[in-house]
Amino acid sequence: MANLKAIRIRITSVKSTRQITSAMKMVSAAKLRKAQDKIVRLRPYANKLHELLVDLSNSLSDSEVENVYGRVSPPEKVLIIVITSNRGLCGAFNANVIKETRRVISEKYSDQFRKGNLQLLTIGKKGFDYFRKQKMNMLPEQNNLLLDLTFENVNSAAEQIMKSFTILEFDRVELIYNQFKNAAVQNLTNEVFLPVETAPAGKRNTTPTDYIYEPGKEEIIKELIPKSLKIQFYKAVLDSFVAEHGARMTAMHKATDNATGMIRDLTLLYNKARQSTITNQILEVVSGAEALRG
Amino acid sequence: MKIEIITPDKKFFDGEIKSVRVPGKKGSFQVLKDHAPIISTLEKGLVRMVDLENTEIIYEISGGVIEVKANKIILLADSVI
Repeated sequence: MANLKAIRIRITSVKSTRQITSAMKMVSAAKLRKAQDKIVRLRPYANKLHELLVDLSNSLSDSEVENVYGRVSPPEKVLIIVITSNRGLCGAFNANVIKETRRVISEKYSDQFRKGNLQLLTIGKKGFDYFRKQKMNMLPEQNNLLLDLTFENVNSAAEQIMKSFTILEFDRVELIYNQFKNAAVQNLTNEVFLPVETAPAGKRNTTPTDYIYEPGKEEIIKELIPKSLKIQFYKAVLDSFVAEHGARMTAMHKATDNATGMIRDLTLLYNKARQSTITNQILEVVSGAEALRG
Repeated sequence: MKIEIITPDKKFFDGEIKSVRVPGKKGSFQVLKDHAPIISTLEKGLVRMVDLENTEIIYEISGGVIEVKANKIILLADSVI
């Protein structure tokens, strides 16, 4: 039987660990709620913008608008944007993204990778640390985007990427991140950021409104496409951010539960050990008294 | 007339107004009741609204798009300063 003191120390240490994990769970829950609000507030903007774009491209069906972001060419130079978190202790959150990225690289872009035409842009320290160790071709990381997640900050990053696409630095840009479904579930997502797919999905037969366009349809589309791209990028980062807190909350919840279970087992063990030492002591006293009497 | 001013970070304004003047790409213009449907891109500038009590509400936006349709205005602003 393990000695009493050792078990007592163990129990105290597990208890303090439980305190930490349950506090972290609380913090993540609060942050999750805040971040979720941001997504909820972004949604009307994103939806309206999308509606406008669909309306416009429907009325523009024949006259093709020249679109620098829609340039489709064989993907020789590829950029993969990997969105992870800055901190750990969030379950398989980062591992999933890293695994998917490795899979995409080895299956889809192995040629480009061998020729050194594949670059990675990481948002989040965890992904950055991992791929730096793998000696990947990396663009300067954007880890501090996650520290202050506002549309303006993400905007400038998105602009850089879009610019490098237009000056033919890349032929294809893909995003890999965790999409938020609910606090417990994250959907690993791999989507094409550039080139943009322009074909609007199925024409809706709403009566087309006769809009006045100012300054003109083409100009408006030209301005709206980059805008919706930036929104898409922002949404991806935000999604990943929310998913991170969801994942951490679940992970910490499980850790707290495990700690509680462990404390129960240890307490049982401790009481058993205590009882058996008491029994032993009584036995000794009794047999000592017996010996004296004899 | 109903107007919604939405930025990516939040919904700034939602309510009934009498008129609004916005900084269009080709010059600023005013939207009154029963304005023809219009979609226009906006430049950095002031959005001046007059609400039902005739008080003026002013926002400064850094650019955006406005859609007017059947007395419903949607103003997607990049950001409100």
